[in-house]
Formats: sequence, C-alpha cells, structure tokens
Amino acid sequence: MDEEYDVIVLGTGLKECILSGLLSVDGLKVLHMDRNDYYGGESASLNLNQLWKRFRGNDQPPAHLGSSRDYNVDMMPKFMMANGTLVRVLIHTDVTKYLYFKAVDGSYVYNKGKIHKVPATDMEALKSPLMGLFEKRRAGKFFMYVQNYEESDPKTHQGMDLTRVTTRDLISKYGLDDNTVDFIGHAVALHRDDHYLNEPALDTVMRMKLYSESVARFQGGSPYIYPLYGLGELPQAFARLSAVYGGTYMLNKPECKVEFDEEGKVRGVTSEGETAQCKKVVCDPSYLPNKVRKVGKVARAICIMSHPIPNTNDSHSVQIILPQKQLGRKSDMYVFCCSYSHNVAPKGKFIAFVSTEAETDNPQSELKPGIDVLGPVDELFFDTYDRYEPVNEPSLDNCFISTSYDATTHFESTVTDVLNMYTMITGKAVDLSVDLSAASAAEE
Amino acid sequence: MATIGHSNINAKLVLLGDMGAGKSSLVLRFVKGQFLEFQESTIGAAFFSQTLAVNDATVKFEIWDTAGQERYHSLAPMYYRGAAAAIIVYDMTNAGSFARAKKWVQELQKQGNPNMVMALAGNKVDLEEKRSVSAEEARSYAEENGLFFMETSAKTATNVNDIFYEIAKRLPRAQPPQNPAGMVLVDRPTEAARASTCCS
Repeated sequence: MDEEYDVIVLGTGLKECILSGLLSVDGLKVLHMDRNDYYGGESASLNLNQLWKRFRGNDQPPAHLGSSRDYNVDMMPKFMMANGTLVRVLIHTDVTKYLYFKAVDGSYVYNKGKIHKVPATDMEALKSPLMGLFEKRRAGKFFMYVQNYEESDPKTHQGMDLTRVTTRDLISKYGLDDNTVDFIGHAVALHRDDHYLNEPALDTVMRMKLYSESVARFQGGSPYIYPLYGLGELPQAFARLSAVYGGTYMLNKPECKVEFDEEGKVRGVTSEGETAQCKKVVCDPSYLPNKVRKVGKVARAICIMSHPIPNTNDSHSVQIILPQKQLGRKSDMYVFCCSYSHNVAPKGKFIAFVSTEAETDNPQSELKPGIDVLGPVDELFFDTYDRYEPVNEPSLDNCFISTSYDATTHFESTVTDVLNMYTMITGKAVDLSVDLSAASAAEE
Repeated sequence: MATIGHSNINAKLVLLGDMGAGKSSLVLRFVKGQFLEFQESTIGAAFFSQTLAVNDATVKFEIWDTAGQERYHSLAPMYYRGAAAAIIVYDMTNAGSFARAKKWVQELQKQGNPNMVMALAGNKVDLEEKRSVSAEEARSYAEENGLFFMETSAKTATNVNDIFYEIAKRLPRAQPPQNPAGMVLVDRPTEAARASTCCS
C-alpha cells in the first residue's frame, strides 16, 4: 500500500463506490479502503447474524427465523425510480450486468387513517377512492395536464410559465382540495415537506412525470424497482466496476487516518502503520468527523414479519408514504416492505422498515403510526442515526466528503450528491445522456 | 446458477486463487486461445463468455475474473452469488499458492452454493522442473473435499479446454429454476417500452 494514488476512497457506501467506479473508468489510480470487513458501509445489507450483532449484542438469532445467509436487511432502505438517475448511472457505467431487478408491487399513501393505492395517471385518478366524484374529475384534468406537459413545447404549457407560477397557483387553477394536494405533493411528487407549494411549479410537474413514467416503464404497481438480494448489491457492483478498471480494494483496514501537509492539503492515508500517498481523498462523513456537521437525525424501525402489510393487496414489496400533515408532523414518514420475492429473506418472511426524520427527543414513539400499519411483527429493532454534511472547502484541502443518506424513499438525492462530487473532483460532468426511453428490461 | 432451456445451460463460473497463479491466463487461453508471457492484470474486462458443446447440452459459461479483489481478501459476496462452478487455481511451482488455494476452497464452501461444481487446477505444469506441489498431494486433497483435479498449463494449453469441458459435463442438468428470475436493465429499445402507458 506504500504507493502513490490519484485518489484514495474511504468507506464502501454506495456513494463512495459509484465515485470509485467513475474515477477508475476515467483512468485515475484509485485505492479504496473500508474499516469494516464487508462492503457497503452505512448502505450495506446485513445477514441475520450481522443484524443481531449490531442490535442485540451477544444474543443469537432465534432458529425459527431460518438461515442467516438468506437475509439481506438494508441499512439504508430505499427503492429505485425505474426512470430515475440511479438507473441512468447504472446503464451509463454498464454496471447493470451484475444486477438483477424486480419491480416493486405497490405504492400506497396513508390518508385519514387508511391506506390507498397512489394514483399516477388521469385514469387511475378517476378510479381512486382517495377522492370524491367531482374531485376525481378535477384531479384527472390536472394529471392530464402534467402528462401532456413538455418543457420544450410551449403549446402544452397552456399559457403558464412554470418557472414562475408557483405550485400552489397551478394547483388552485384546477381547484383541487387540500387532501388531494397532500397526496399529490408527497406521494406522487415525493416532496418531503410543504415548501414546494410556494416554489415554481416546474419541479413538481417534472417529479410527477418521473413518477408516472416510472410506473409505466415496467408495468408494475409502483414506479420502483429493487435489486434481488437487497441494496447491498449496488455498492458491490460499483466496487467491481472500479476493480475491473484497476482500482485496488482493501477491506478490514482499521483507523484509515487522513494525513495533511503544512498547508492543510491532504497528502495520504495511514492504516496499520503504512501510509499511502494521494492527491485527493473521497470519503463518507465518518472518516473525517472534524470536517462535517450534524444536520439531523433519522429514526427508524426494522421489522421481521411473516405476512405482507395489511391492506396492500398482499404486495410482496411495497412502499407506503405517510404525509406529514396526516400525522401532524413536519416531515413525512416512510414505510417499506420487501420479502423473499426479492431474495432478502427466506420463504414466507418479510422485512419492513419505518423511517422518518426525528423531530422529538423520543424518536421511538414518533414511529408508532408507521409501525401500526404493519400488523404483528416477529422481531423489531429501533435505531437512530445522525445525518452529517461536509463543512470543508474541497478546493483548499482536497477532501471530498459525501453527505449522509437522508430518509427519502428513493435514490434521487443520493445520486445528485454523487454527481456533484464527481464534478468537484474532476471538473467534468458525467454524461448521462443514455436513451432512457429506449432502455428497458430484458427478462433473463 | 445454471439454468436450462432446450438443453442450453447458462452457467456462471468464478475463478479463485492467488495473485499470479494464472487465473486470467487460463481464461484467455480458453476464450481466445492466447497466452501472454507477462500477462498484465486485466483491465476493463468484466467477464468473458464462452460456449461449449457437450454430448447432451450446450453450455454457455459466463466467466468472472477476480479483478484483483482477491489480493487483499476483498472479494464481495456478489462474486460468489449464483455461481454454478468454480475453478480454484494454484501455481504448482509455489507451495504457498497451494496452501492459499485450500483457503479459497474453505471460503467457497462458506459462501458458495452447495451444489457448485468445483475444480482444482494446478497451473504452470509446463514448468515441471520447478514443481513443488506433487500431483498426488493435490489430487488426494481434491478428492477429500469434493473437487476434481487437473494439472494445467495456460502457456502450452495443456488440459485447459479439458477442465472447462469436464465442468460442463458435471453441471447438473436439471436445476430448480431460480426464485422468480429478475430482469436485467439493458440499453436497447423494445416495443413494450412505451406500450400501454395509460391515457390519451
């Protein structure tokens, strides 16, 4: 390891692995290390033994749960938008060939104490029990407007400049009630809070289009896809990309101390008494705790169950969004469920997650409304983790630190962070102009 | 995982073994019929495909190389996932590489699927005068651990096709279909892509 590298990457979370892969493909000499003896860092998927070790100390998992290796429990539960930027990155880098995906069965929203399928199109809006008869028609017209909207074609704008008109004004033109606005904003446009109402409507319209086009992509009941064997496959696949292009991998490296020169610029990384020289360091917040600040806290529950979530049409994989307003909160709550149908648990078992941004000193009790929709659970683990963002100036110290994963349900913000970091590191943008409408799924 | 359809079998095959044992050389000899005296670590090759006809079936191997991730014991679980066969390669002029091959066999028994076909390849048999691992020792180890054994030379092509052919013969002909097969995302158009997108 006593060599000189262009970039040393610390931590094998998804963000770090995508960057390692992109930089190796660019021809840079990359050393990638992790203090853990497994891939994935905070975005790993754990087997049953690893899960127990993390949350239950020395206890052993009960035998009735089945074999440890049949479990892949995500530490950062998210789904992938079928037409989203992560899919673009996967296709751009050709990493898709290491991965198998299946569509997610259902996308639901919590409304007035009940769970409803999220309507994604004008036709679905007309069938949805979420709205009364007249409201359905109004919502249908709004969905129709969004579907037909093309940024480049003014004829579809109906005289509105969406870079100026606020979302609130656009929606009021269609006379939708607050209840409808709530599920459209949070369960279709996937906003995390209500700021979007006072912002230009273009972003919301594009988000709604992404949602409905993603639903249409694989003809599933949701806009999401999810890899077989869990999200932990994603960092592994990008790590392999990096290795195939010459990246060097070292797991189980204690300490990983970043070394600086007199000017405060990074000069290398020391582990086990050896120092590897480098020009730049890329890492997650845990490797440079002095250069990040806490920006929030995520609370979550991880549950092992023997049944699908009630009222989801027996979906073997599903997302439920509980909008903030429905719960009297500031941030939305998210429920995910995956199962043996995505190879993350043995036959008959389901893994469910409830997560939200913690707003009180008792985050465990905040999760109750989400846990209540799950029905009985076999095992339940509570957890909180702090979210960090970098405060350093990369042009001065050559350290490029990722932001902690947020509680959002999908990878859009994750990939945005990665692409921004890539541009800061290399001065270039990733060309993601893959033909997405042409890309499709091949059944193997 | 080996899958079946009209006696066409697709099989993922993984290579394991020490740096410099000749893993990539064996693959290059088998797939391209080439041998390079100073084989650089392979850059940019994710995996190779090669099809073999055996008596009753056509076997398409998808061969995964370690991409150097074995060097510091950093192979990902994904590497072993779904592998129907493995070749554990050692350099027969190097006793240390044989000792480490045994470690890789243990790793496979821990991580791999139990029905995997495993081959032990004592490579560089063209360097007979430098031999430091006897064929008897390796063969008896292989037999005790459920592997079949061959001595190979990527340089002279000795036993290279044979070892892949033997694996192809031993692959189970009727494997249970994988838990509802997933889809691979590809960058190519299909008519279904835009069909039935609701509305209008």
